[in-house]
Amino acid sequence: MSFKIIKLGLLSAAALSASMGMALAKSDIVVALQLEPPHLDPTSAAAGAIDSVLYSNVFEGLTRFASDGSVIPGLAASWEISEDGKTYTFHLQDGVTFHDGSAMDSADVKFSLDRARAEDSANAQKALFDGIESVEALDPATVQVTLSEPNGSFLFNMAWGDAVIVAPETIADIKTAPVGTGAFKFSNWVQGDKIDLEKNADYWGAPAKLDKVSFKFISDPTAAFAAVMAEDVDAFVGFPAPENLPQFEADPRFQVLVGSTEGETILSTNNKMPPFDNVKVREALAHAIDRQAIIDGAMFGYGTPIGTHFAPHNPDYVDLTGMSGYDSELSKKLLAEAGFPDGFKTTLKLPPPSYARRGGEIIAAQLRAVGIETEISNLEWAQWLEQVFKGKDFGLTIVSHTEPFDIGIYARPDYYFQYDNADFQKLMADLAVTSDPAKRSEMLKQAQETISKDYVNGYLFELAFPTVANAKVMGLWKDAPTQATDLTAVYWED
Amino acid sequence: MLRYFLKRLLSLALSLVVASLVIFLALEVVPGDPAAYMLGINAQEDTLAVLRDQLGLNGTVVERYFAWAGGMLRGDFGISYTYRTPVAEMIGERLWISLPLALYALVLSTLIAFPAGIWAASKRGSAADVTVMGVTQLGVAIPNFWFAMLMVLVFAINLRWFSAGGFVGWDAGFAAALKSLTLPAVALALPQASILARVMRSSLLDTLSEDYIRTARAKGLSRGQALWRHALRNALIPVLTIIGMQFSFLLAGAIIIENVFFLPGLGRLVFQSISARDLIVVESVVMLLVFAVIVVNFAVDMAYAVVDPRLRTRR
Repeated sequence: MSFKIIKLGLLSAAALSASMGMALAKSDIVVALQLEPPHLDPTSAAAGAIDSVLYSNVFEGLTRFASDGSVIPGLAASWEISEDGKTYTFHLQDGVTFHDGSAMDSADVKFSLDRARAEDSANAQKALFDGIESVEALDPATVQVTLSEPNGSFLFNMAWGDAVIVAPETIADIKTAPVGTGAFKFSNWVQGDKIDLEKNADYWGAPAKLDKVSFKFISDPTAAFAAVMAEDVDAFVGFPAPENLPQFEADPRFQVLVGSTEGETILSTNNKMPPFDNVKVREALAHAIDRQAIIDGAMFGYGTPIGTHFAPHNPDYVDLTGMSGYDSELSKKLLAEAGFPDGFKTTLKLPPPSYARRGGEIIAAQLRAVGIETEISNLEWAQWLEQVFKGKDFGLTIVSHTEPFDIGIYARPDYYFQYDNADFQKLMADLAVTSDPAKRSEMLKQAQETISKDYVNGYLFELAFPTVANAKVMGLWKDAPTQATDLTAVYWED
Repeated sequence: MLRYFLKRLLSLALSLVVASLVIFLALEVVPGDPAAYMLGINAQEDTLAVLRDQLGLNGTVVERYFAWAGGMLRGDFGISYTYRTPVAEMIGERLWISLPLALYALVLSTLIAFPAGIWAASKRGSAADVTVMGVTQLGVAIPNFWFAMLMVLVFAINLRWFSAGGFVGWDAGFAAALKSLTLPAVALALPQASILARVMRSSLLDTLSEDYIRTARAKGLSRGQALWRHALRNALIPVLTIIGMQFSFLLAGAIIIENVFFLPGLGRLVFQSISARDLIVVESVVMLLVFAVIVVNFAVDMAYAVVDPRLRTRR
């Protein structure tokens, strides 16, 4: 009997929602995210959750990322680059206003860039602005940026959420009341619960199709499942429980989008700590790892194997997974050659995400099979940053590097995995001043091969990005080229 | 009486000072830098220094303790490191959910426990008693988060009577707000009610075997009359003690339930703040809870003195 009641309830609920749907297309949406932003200033924190809510919806930069990760014009309608590659002249879009009604002009651009690179700047990606020598407002609609040397990724850098344009008049309250230029404006934040945005009627570009957006924050994977199932939320972007995805795929009420990210998940190796300072040991490590088993076991099959530190969807990606194919016999042989016929002991420090905690157990078992014993410790993020990232007190760790296009970290010998290769550093320095696309592509391929050959880290997989949404929600981004939930083109199908 | 009052007051003040020191020092040794947490892995060393300075993290331990404790004496809880809003405001907002939720759960638990406990005690050894004891045993044993998930499955996903979580806010109307707190309150109340019912039953049975109950029975009262007129009032004292303890637990101890139902309550605030190393929030919330417990104890001490004159003159 109870089954009957449940069925009746379902039927009447379905009938109710069907009749409501017929009345008129919905113009509001509830989008759930796992993490809540600590505050609402994308230019002074690393928290990806800030960009997840505000990037492109509320704040825009000179350039921006499109859904496929390419860099397209944002507040700058067009630009010219001087012969020597050092001077960028940006022509701003017409009629752009901030949400408080004031006009957005070259003075605001100058203010934003100068603020980010200032001495007292709290910008988490200050390196993006490193090469800027001066920013000048030529006239209200034109800005000239001069670099100290040519920088092939300058337009890419300006597309980051950390480089969005803010206004000097409203900067004081940006952390709780952000004022941007985007298609949505901030309306309300109930801390711990939700952030509301509403349509910006005076938007300079194509207006948003939704009138109201609510971001809800649900961190617990079980609660996330329940909220989507009960249709409390219309979409869950970055759904945290991959094990539940097949259930949603089978349910006609929902659509499941599994996109790619910029998150290279790696078994980070302390290149300065013996025995990992021996490339033979690192090579043995690489062959001891069965990537597919980790993807299946830790990520329930979602994730693309990688053999180097580069996103597979990038046109310059080289598939180097063959360099480090799973072969435990070879691994044992290499270990013996390196002087460790009986293996050795090391530490494996795991940050909180499930890819690390679940993946860590599997990797520990795989390493044990070739004689490497790992002592696993689970760390909170704050501890991980202190011990592993800053203190470099670790043998192995698992972490996903989610910043786009971040192969440059291998050119920093003091970076936590401490890879020090002068050739690679020169290659990256050359790349920075090269703007010819064909040459750049060639150099990037070379860079991927170098770190793969040096077995700097264990390259596991590219993190997948699952979104579960109501089947009638259209226009959501599938991939996550940057941490953003761009809702400007989202609408409900009739 | 005045002497007793002053003595209690002094011990209250001392407890608060000691508690504040313990809380501050305990969090001081927790590894992790809030600035590093906020700026992430690409931050430059000079940027970190700027932020640490902005957050007031550069002073010595002693300076920071007095800045914090002194601020609290003036009612200023400081500014959250991560949210950049006054801590007092944040706590205030969260209390609007945690306090009603705790009260709601307490009322439910009392409404279930009292009749069940009294019924079981009055029918000692009968099938009813065995049933109540069995069910409450189960209630104590079942983890409340598991029970919560079960309720979400049935009432939110299948029946669609409730939403799976979240809080609609008091602006949405009293009934709607109460409705969104119902599943979490039931989940919290179940184990509490089970404990309370068992305490109620055993306390009643104890009093029922007292001499004065036998006297009452000898004077001609029925078992039921003796229970209602004489035993119940006397049996309530341990029950009330338990209720008091449960309330302070419910106020801050609902972390898991708040996570299951994604409610923005005090428990979740503490949980998030610990992982973000937003220590000033953690310190202030914990201090507030300590304050609440100490003040309640003080009030209870005072009440004892009123009830029991011996306490005023002794010592």
